Amino acid sequence: MEILVCVKRVPDTAENEFELNSAGNDLDRDDLVYSVNEWDNYAIEEAIQIVDKVGGSVTVITVGDDESEEVLRREMAMGANNGILLSDDAFEGSDGLGIAAILKAETQKGNYDLILSGAQADEGAGQVGGMLAAMLDMPYASLVNKIEVGDGKIIVGREIEGGNQEMNEIDLPCVLSIQTGINEPRYVGIRGIRKVAKVDIPVKGTSDLGIDADSVGEAGAKTKRVDYFVPDMGDGAEMLEGSTDEIIEKLIEKLKANGGF
Amino acid sequence: MTSIIGPASFNFFGIFPAVILSFILPVIGIGLFAYIMARRFAPLVRANPDSRFDQIGKRVKNLILVWLGQIRHPRYMLAGVLHISIFAGFLILSIRSTSLVVVGFSDGFVLPGFGGPLGDIYNFIKDYAATIVLIACIIAAVRRGIYKPKRYAVPENYGKDHTAEAVFVLGIIATLMISESLFEASQVAYEFQHTGHEHFLAPLSLVWIFKGILTSAPQNVLQGLHIFTYFVHDLTFFFFLCFLPMGKHFHVITSIFNVFFMRVQKGNIKPVMYGVSDEGLDDLESFGVKKLEDFTWKHMLDFYSCADCGRCSDQCPANAVGRPLSPRFITIKARDLIFKNYPMSGEIYKSNLLVEDIYTEDEIWSCTTCGACEEECPLGIEYIDKIVDLRRGMVDEGMVPQSLQKPLKALEKRGNPYGKMEKKRADWTKDKEFKANWQIKDLAKEKADTLYFVDSITSYDDEIQEIARRTSIILKKAGVDFGILGKLEKDSGNEVIRFGEEMLYQDLKEQNTEAIMESGVKQIVTADPHAYNALKNDYDNLVPVKHISQVVAQKIISGELDLKPCQDPEKVYVYHDPCYLGRHNGIYEEPRQALDAIDGLTRVELEKSRDRSFCCGGGGLMLFYEPEEEIRMGVLRVNMAADAGANIIVTACPFCLVNIQDAIKVAGKEGEMEVLDFTELIEQHLY
Repeated sequence: MEILVCVKRVPDTAENEFELNSAGNDLDRDDLVYSVNEWDNYAIEEAIQIVDKVGGSVTVITVGDDESEEVLRREMAMGANNGILLSDDAFEGSDGLGIAAILKAETQKGNYDLILSGAQADEGAGQVGGMLAAMLDMPYASLVNKIEVGDGKIIVGREIEGGNQEMNEIDLPCVLSIQTGINEPRYVGIRGIRKVAKVDIPVKGTSDLGIDADSVGEAGAKTKRVDYFVPDMGDGAEMLEGSTDEIIEKLIEKLKANGGF
Repeated sequence: MTSIIGPASFNFFGIFPAVILSFILPVIGIGLFAYIMARRFAPLVRANPDSRFDQIGKRVKNLILVWLGQIRHPRYMLAGVLHISIFAGFLILSIRSTSLVVVGFSDGFVLPGFGGPLGDIYNFIKDYAATIVLIACIIAAVRRGIYKPKRYAVPENYGKDHTAEAVFVLGIIATLMISESLFEASQVAYEFQHTGHEHFLAPLSLVWIFKGILTSAPQNVLQGLHIFTYFVHDLTFFFFLCFLPMGKHFHVITSIFNVFFMRVQKGNIKPVMYGVSDEGLDDLESFGVKKLEDFTWKHMLDFYSCADCGRCSDQCPANAVGRPLSPRFITIKARDLIFKNYPMSGEIYKSNLLVEDIYTEDEIWSCTTCGACEEECPLGIEYIDKIVDLRRGMVDEGMVPQSLQKPLKALEKRGNPYGKMEKKRADWTKDKEFKANWQIKDLAKEKADTLYFVDSITSYDDEIQEIARRTSIILKKAGVDFGILGKLEKDSGNEVIRFGEEMLYQDLKEQNTEAIMESGVKQIVTADPHAYNALKNDYDNLVPVKHISQVVAQKIISGELDLKPCQDPEKVYVYHDPCYLGRHNGIYEEPRQALDAIDGLTRVELEKSRDRSFCCGGGGLMLFYEPEEEIRMGVLRVNMAADAGANIIVTACPFCLVNIQDAIKVAGKEGEMEVLDFTELIEQHLY
């Protein structure tokens, strides 16, 4: 199975303390460290596991600047076979639709059976996967937390609000957005990344992809950010409700989510 | 006939010379033994290299103390004394057994030099030796077979009970002792009947007793017994020799080598591959131990040498709290696999990934590297390096639990496991009250003699930052000219290397080494034993490193620090030895000396203290790991302190402080028990 995984380089929520820049329209990005969007790691891990089972290859792709190459290498160190960097000055400032259009152009050049993305990105809107599927006229399942590979079809599971599980059969090729918890992504250390440091990663721009520079980037963006701020703090108190066990569970979740453990 | 016929001249049924049997038994026995040993040698040859021929002086010392002197044995008094009895008996009787083999061809043979008074003295001693060994075997058999001490039990998930083998071997040893004594007693009794000459025998020894019983036995019975017991001894002896390499009694042969090659340096971690420099690491195909043959030959020898005594697991804190780790079975499972993959004949089998085959991931992550197991093992078997090597293999394969991936990534990106900004590493100096009184030099801008290496937890944890401030005040008052590295300091990496992330550790080490060298300091002081250990034992070519307790003890003696009388004299204090200060670095006395320098401070000792200290739960990355366990190590430790009658636990490690603080709450002992860091107690008592 040929699998394409779309990833994104994002400021790492765990290793940063976010502050606004002086202009007040974005994060102060000077001291930030970046890494692969957490959800994307799960998508890569799932792709590698599928290929381990049924054969094929995993290609990892991202739209970004030169520095985005580091996330491709990290994913290749995990076990992705190929990497493609879609980079062009014209791509800068793209909205979700623009990113999806850029990805679509490259996706059509390949012959992929399965296209995965993270369910959302740390600083994103969770929109690219769905848009890409629509543009490619492929079936789409979001928030996937289980994949069983069959013949020409796959069965995907989705977690439904309230803890229920839904299973769907879906035709290939298709696009899936992957939820965290679907697997346990493997660890990549410095050694792993160094091993793939010299692997060639092709960089493609507008002309390679055959897309009109005006249709993407800031020029083509149909949504524009008008403000960015940290909301005023509320009173901060919250009552946890339910049985003792439920309250404990919620509290633990909160502590975990906020780095208390 | 005035003398009994020895096995060399005896004819079975009057025609078949016994000497043929005396010849065949050793030939077959030694031949078989040589073959078995050759097969057992095969995995050692295929194993990874190890460097064990250095520091010969220390190795000889270990041989004398640990092997010959058995100094680790009395730590378990009854078992230890029994073992020392059997061990000493074996050493003494090895001479007798060797000469007995020759007696089979040559009646009345004695080893050169043993004909005269030396022989008489030897015979006297060996008669008691045999007697003591027999008594020890009987007590040991009763103990193992009937009382069954808990530490010998084999939990269900680790396979079958080992009692049968143990008792069987005790039976073999008893057979050797009895047959040897009967062989001699029958001869003495026979001669006594003929000549009336009373051969001197060690009173109350086995021979003496048997001789007494046999005095009036018919001569043909004595003759028969003499020959029968000779061959029983001969057969048992060679059977035992060939049986030794089949299980836990292999240590009878391997122990001398294992102790000679045992760890002579403390606190350090073996290189990824002996013979490969740090720069060459990138070229290695694979890291750490993934398959059986990835272990070094010494680690393989460890597996062979384990006597299954269970002392390691009895001391292991991970085992005590029900984590899925028992060091004893790290060894036993590997030995079973060697025996399976390297059978006595035929094909040698390939090893699978050990962490899926015989070990589990949680098992290998459960170790806090406290070193209690290694400190205890009478055979010098190592665990920390094996655990680290297995972790290196797991890291290389990407098998790292999610709970550890985040702090590792943060260490890579930010140089600390919390993912805090580098520029905030010195924020502890900005505490209002502290800043008003004390100025801390930044070595990036100013020069100083001494570097205070703070390390991550003390730099970033709100509560633990207090240790940094107290340490600084102590140093200031002691007149030490010191500074800090600030944002140039990275995590020392003590747990990074021990959790198997070698390349990340190398990275941290390089950055720290460069910053330290650049600063031009002449010595380093730290209040974090983990940092102390890494800088002292893992880093190369640094300036000398001291723990704050050493500085304090020294400055008290020199009179540069003076302590007030105890401010809380009605409290009972107990000092908890941090693993990385005590066991790994031998600093037991200085913190105690400093505490005792406080007038009116009542200090008690924990039963498990100094080199038997019980780990509080582990430091560094271990704080992030989510183990399966029934109870926290810290809770057990707090209970031990309560049993010792203490209400203030003093420790000298930020991680101990965190773990014990939490444990006091979990144990429900808030208000009853309190934990203080060494620096806090000392600083409170400074003028």
